[in-house]
Amino acid sequence: MARMNMIEAIRSAMDVKLDHDPDVVVFGEDVGFFGGVFRCTAGLQKKYGKSRVFDCPINESGIVGSAIGMAVYGLRPCVEVQFADYIYPAYDQIVSEAARMRYRSAGDFTVPLTIRSPMGGGIFGGQTHSQCPEALFTHVAGLKTIVPSTPYDAKGLLIAAIEDDDPVIFFEPKRLYNGPFDGHHERPAQNWSGHAAGEVPEGHYTVPIGKAAIRREGQDLSIITYGTMCFVAEAAVAETGIDAEIIDVRTLVPLDIDTITQSVKKTGRCMVLHEATQTSGFGAELIAQIQEHCFYHLEAPVERVAGWDTPYPHAQEWDYFPGPARVGRALKSLMEAA
Amino acid sequence: MSDYAPLSFKVPEPEVRPGDEPDFSHFEVPRAGSVRRPDIETNARDMKDLATTIIRVMNRDGDAVGPWAMKLEDSILHHGLRSMLRTRAFDERMMKLQRQGKTSFYMKCTGEEAIAVGQQMALSKGDMNFPTYRQQGLLLCQDYPLVDMICQILSNSRDPLHGRQLPIMYSSKDYGFFTISGNLGTQYIHAVGWAMASAIKGDTKIASAWIGDGSTAETDFHSALVNASVYKPPVVLNIVNNQWAISSFQGIAGGDSATFAERAHGFGIPSLRADGNDFLAVYAVSKWAIERARRNLGPTLIEWVTYRVAPHSTSDDPSQYRPREESAAWPLGDPVLRLKNHLIGRGLWSEERHVQAEAEFDEEIRSATREAETYGVMGEGSSARDIFEEVYKEMPPHLVAQRQKIGV
Repeated sequence: MARMNMIEAIRSAMDVKLDHDPDVVVFGEDVGFFGGVFRCTAGLQKKYGKSRVFDCPINESGIVGSAIGMAVYGLRPCVEVQFADYIYPAYDQIVSEAARMRYRSAGDFTVPLTIRSPMGGGIFGGQTHSQCPEALFTHVAGLKTIVPSTPYDAKGLLIAAIEDDDPVIFFEPKRLYNGPFDGHHERPAQNWSGHAAGEVPEGHYTVPIGKAAIRREGQDLSIITYGTMCFVAEAAVAETGIDAEIIDVRTLVPLDIDTITQSVKKTGRCMVLHEATQTSGFGAELIAQIQEHCFYHLEAPVERVAGWDTPYPHAQEWDYFPGPARVGRALKSLMEAA
Repeated sequence: MSDYAPLSFKVPEPEVRPGDEPDFSHFEVPRAGSVRRPDIETNARDMKDLATTIIRVMNRDGDAVGPWAMKLEDSILHHGLRSMLRTRAFDERMMKLQRQGKTSFYMKCTGEEAIAVGQQMALSKGDMNFPTYRQQGLLLCQDYPLVDMICQILSNSRDPLHGRQLPIMYSSKDYGFFTISGNLGTQYIHAVGWAMASAIKGDTKIASAWIGDGSTAETDFHSALVNASVYKPPVVLNIVNNQWAISSFQGIAGGDSATFAERAHGFGIPSLRADGNDFLAVYAVSKWAIERARRNLGPTLIEWVTYRVAPHSTSDDPSQYRPREESAAWPLGDPVLRLKNHLIGRGLWSEERHVQAEAEFDEEIRSATREAETYGVMGEGSSARDIFEEVYKEMPPHLVAQRQKIGV
């Protein structure tokens, strides 16, 4: 075991796969010599050479499009889109090509491709370095979408994603790279060294795709969330004293609806929480499935806390971000509801 | 008062429209044999003239002339002509199937047969094409089973793609034919990525990318050229300029401002412009680019100048946007007739053999069609189970649940 932050854990996952599988290649903007703007690929080019880890032109559709061609050849590319906000030029390649290839060719051509991309706010990145576009991908048949929240999960899920024979969108909550951020931006930043999930094996292991994690057991209500909001939820629970169960979805598609259902049936109250904008966000899908499976166990309407339906602002970041105070208020009102 | 006159907006128009006389007087056709053939190691900057001319081999008399004329074995010439005839016969029969209501859709490649057939014959086993929907010749010049092709078009119980794809969007890895996308241009960057992979692995295989004049306007064309320029992978970048993108003439894609071949120059990619209706030019120019790629000298762009004689698809009527007689006036002629005349001139072919070959392919395709129809037409025999299979390698729980809802 080693102490790793999420950046080191993600780098370690790629290191393990590059070492074990000669068909794995890693590329993207600034990922080669420099090692990535967030340092996730630092040292990998030096270790594995320029044919395995290299820089790309600033052209996200070209990064994903050429990766699809490589995957079709038989490689197992793991590419980086520098910010999730930059992924839109690649959207046609992801949606119309990567996601459809196995289906439209009846298994003749397949795309074992992982697309990593940092997402989410909390770093004063403004509207072009803060978005959470996961719902644009969970809506697409043929894709798997993953959002880890700890170094341990990030490494295990990334290895599982690279080993998966279907295309995987792997969004990394960038505010969690260096520590378990709970939304209290006014307090000193925490790092992963004091957190159990910062203990990461150095070698190969996987965290299964399609399995949620229970971050905190509780009896009063269930919070269904993922990414940065897992820690915001923990803070809000601690501050309100409500005995909530916190479910970290981890894999949005395929969704572990059984774990969610069991929790909601047990507590009878449920909050769905994400950083992304509210309307047609992934929370809407969660709520639809929860009412389908748990309607007669619910003691109150399902509560939803999400980002406002606006572009991500710059100076007003902490009014936008669904922090522990907003989540705490919603938890209290959920407990008081009929 | 401003010194400037009001700006005006410009939208290109073809020189003629329905009702007008076809006019190709502006279209310059260089004499066959007049264009030089550089060494394959030539730098892109030293061959820019080849992107603004037209490389042609067959002259008006059907003789092969000039530096691009290769000594070809008789079997190659025979197979080329026969494959073009077979492609044309296939198109005619499938068009009839669509008119009979046995398939929903078809697309012919009439007038463009030499390009796919000529290039496929210049490629080697293991190379991979990333085609558009108008390169059926890539399969029809190989021994790909005709019945499978027709079953795909009929979306029946033996459709290799299980009814999931629009007719003619074939897929066959074994025959070097990448699955066709209806989203245009997307495959161009896939070909470059595939070629990058071949180089990364130290393989000897090359990729062949295909796009039409209209789709060169897509961002994927630019992505492909950037990556081809940066990483110099073993890829042939074909542009089939058949003058028409559904109803839009090539000027709407920018073809009036520069040739499509010239687009490679800004990327430092060697570029050739060739007569796509001249089988001997297609074969020779393809061989040149393929040899360059396989010798690790990098990508080549080729613009094939041709004319889309057929409608875009069974869903449009070209007489609404271009003169009916325009294809007959096309200065580069009919690729089948031109190769036929060349072979007759060389004593390798005759009118009788030509008629026999046409009858042979007509019968072959009729027979394959009869068999294919026994497996169903217009979606008959497709299974609702196939909706849910192969979305993922393993079916996730939500798809299992959805499949159960329709009871299959």
